[in-house]
Amino acid sequence: MKRPPTGLAGTGALLRLALRRDRVMMPVWILVTALVVVSMPGALGSVYATAAERALAAASMNANSSVRALYGPVFSDSLGGLTAWRAGVFGAVLAAVMSLIIVVRHTREEEETGRQELLSAAMVGRRAPLTAALLAALVANTCLGLLVVGGLAGQGAPGAAALALALAGTGMLFAGAAAVAAQLTESARTAKGLTAALLGVAFVLKAAGDAGTAGGRSALTWVSPLGWVENVRAFADERWWVLLLLAAAVTAQVGAGYLLAGRRDLGMSFLPSRPGPAEGRLGTAGALAWRLQRGTLAGWSAGFLTAGAVFGGMADGTADLVGGNDRAREIIERMGGQGGLTDAFLATMAGLFGMVAALYAVSAVLRLSAEESGQRAEPLLANAVGRLRWAGGHLAVAYGGSALMLLLAGLGLGIGHGGEVGATVAATLAQLPAVWVIGALAALLHGAVPAYAAAAWAVAGSALTLGWLGPALNLPQAALDLSPFAHLPRLPGTESVSWAPLLALTALAAALTAAGLAALRRRDITA
Amino acid sequence: MTKAISVVGLHKAFGRTRALDGLDLSVTAGEVHGFLGPNGAGKSTAIRILLGLLRADSGVAELLGGDPWADAVPLHRRVAYVPGDVTLWRNLSGGEVIDLYGRLRGGFDRARRAELIERFELDPAKKGRTYSKGNRQKVALVAAFASDAELLILDEPTSGLDPLMEGVFQSCVAEARAAGRTVLLSSHILSEVESLCDRVSIIRRGRTVETGTLAELRHLTRTSISAELAGPPNGMAHLPGVHDVEVRGLKVRLQADTDKLDAVLRSLAASGVRSLIATPPTLEELFLRHYTDEADADATDNSDSDSEASVR
Repeated sequence: MKRPPTGLAGTGALLRLALRRDRVMMPVWILVTALVVVSMPGALGSVYATAAERALAAASMNANSSVRALYGPVFSDSLGGLTAWRAGVFGAVLAAVMSLIIVVRHTREEEETGRQELLSAAMVGRRAPLTAALLAALVANTCLGLLVVGGLAGQGAPGAAALALALAGTGMLFAGAAAVAAQLTESARTAKGLTAALLGVAFVLKAAGDAGTAGGRSALTWVSPLGWVENVRAFADERWWVLLLLAAAVTAQVGAGYLLAGRRDLGMSFLPSRPGPAEGRLGTAGALAWRLQRGTLAGWSAGFLTAGAVFGGMADGTADLVGGNDRAREIIERMGGQGGLTDAFLATMAGLFGMVAALYAVSAVLRLSAEESGQRAEPLLANAVGRLRWAGGHLAVAYGGSALMLLLAGLGLGIGHGGEVGATVAATLAQLPAVWVIGALAALLHGAVPAYAAAAWAVAGSALTLGWLGPALNLPQAALDLSPFAHLPRLPGTESVSWAPLLALTALAAALTAAGLAALRRRDITA
Repeated sequence: MTKAISVVGLHKAFGRTRALDGLDLSVTAGEVHGFLGPNGAGKSTAIRILLGLLRADSGVAELLGGDPWADAVPLHRRVAYVPGDVTLWRNLSGGEVIDLYGRLRGGFDRARRAELIERFELDPAKKGRTYSKGNRQKVALVAAFASDAELLILDEPTSGLDPLMEGVFQSCVAEARAAGRTVLLSSHILSEVESLCDRVSIIRRGRTVETGTLAELRHLTRTSISAELAGPPNGMAHLPGVHDVEVRGLKVRLQADTDKLDAVLRSLAASGVRSLIATPPTLEELFLRHYTDEADADATDNSDSDSEASVR
């Protein structure tokens, strides 16, 4: 009988376990991502019916730095080319997030919860858990790639293959990055955060490179894996060799992951935890919430400030590239600006910060859920701590933290832009009511239906997708209006700001939060 | 005598599972009360209701004279709780958690905290994840015993403790009782229950099946007797309260209901006793009888339904 190498014993069983545990999350994520990409040609075709319209649109997009920053340059004005432009980076980011979640979930999270110990005591090799996790990510990314190839083959088989490989390859690259991060830290949350931060850096680099230079030629773009996705030029003289870069990077990351995994003990990490104080100063539930969340908030805040400064630095020079192109102006105005193009660029970036801040708000609110299901809430609430105080502490961090992050992003934009700090801060802070609405929805879900609290991610994801892909697709206004971000004033650049929607959204957030807290007070604490 | 805990007819269902099915529990202030039952009998559910974490479907629960759901926060100032499986925040040290819990309970004794850390041999500077199971329990135990709480609710608090620490735990409970505090102790360690508890309640399938002092419970059980007699035994089997009589020549083995011992001994003495061994029931036997009754009850249920089926 032939046996697998002992280091890999049990990989098959662990892979089946991983696929079984992810049997809902994985198919949903893959289908949604594939659907977003595959539906693009039809949606774009209804907006730009003729080749002439598409050519004009492509020219104006390429001339517009804020559009380039978000989506990259247009390399071909075919429907396939426009699809790769509009949904390529977005799809790659979705694949990356899915992959990093899968890998951390089946490696570090298993060790952190102690489940891996029981598994590893069985016939499971030292390298089996990591291998199984990477294979699970490979299965997911392969399925995504096949769906994309199948759905876009009508636009040209080579282009469809190139785009599918770029998306799946980016997924595997961040699976590899997550495999490394999972070795570095003892906390699954930190491992996911590190990998997501890397993804954020990749996006900022790509955006900065593309905003400043046309045609994806900037060195900054080439440093970023997300820049490779656009530089594969799917549906436009595919440059297959760029995929080799991706393959090499995946190999290097996975190799590093294995190297580190082979050199540590189960449950241990390369960034070991130090002893803490023998006596503590924490005395309230609010202080505990702050203590638990402050590190994450500091990371997000630093990221927002830096990204703001980078984007602010790019804001100049947006106006000269465009000239008198009406079409581009129209598009940008729909993207979120009404005045000068610099203002439009800053407004677009402020909107981007708002949507990302909503993701933070959801993660910070869902700490409540993690505390509860991790059985840490129960003994805490057995003390003289009311549920409202407990939840209020975490909500204060979530709502206040998103305010702080947006303030810093606005400061960064203003400083990078060289002035007008007041205007940029106002622009980013104007996003806050919509961010709070999303956070409040998470609070309501946790309060009312704790088992489905994670649906808050779907809410935030839908708002993000609507904001990201909606404006260029001629979606009905009613659909766009579902996102709270659709009701915000375009800042900077709007002369007379209407306060009514801001106040209405804030009131809505307050009402949803109150409803969530009321439901939390009435229900059982789940353990 | 004031009641620290008074529960009457408590019901709680999770979906179709009936976790509590008319539970009664009465704990007198100042006593150590054992709370026993097989796994899944509903002990932890009852404790969570008493802590206001779960809401009862019906029935009455009173904790220190208050409603555990409505008055949760003020009541918790007077209550300390140790769960059976303590989870700590990975980046907080044990000392920080002890102090946090102390403050959240409305005060604790610094000197007692230091003394307890010493006695439990706990390193308070380690971070949450690095503690072993037993050490995590110690963190919660130190926090509970250092508090000024008048009621301690301990849900299998010693799981994972070594025998030495088990001893420390027992002396801490004894000191708590001496200080006039009330303890509700859920435990599967019967020696612990035997040496600590003034009274016990045994629950099964969400219902109380037995409650009383250990002596009272023993009274309801059988003593095994084996004797060597001078003459042949006479009518032993027909005495009330005598079971499983086994006679081999002059040797007799039997089980006797403890409250019927008098008559049994008289009957034995009538035949002349050469040697006598009487073994009172161990606590183990006492509980096992209650625990295994469940399996018996299941069997009876099944045979009932079988017979019904066969009648049809």
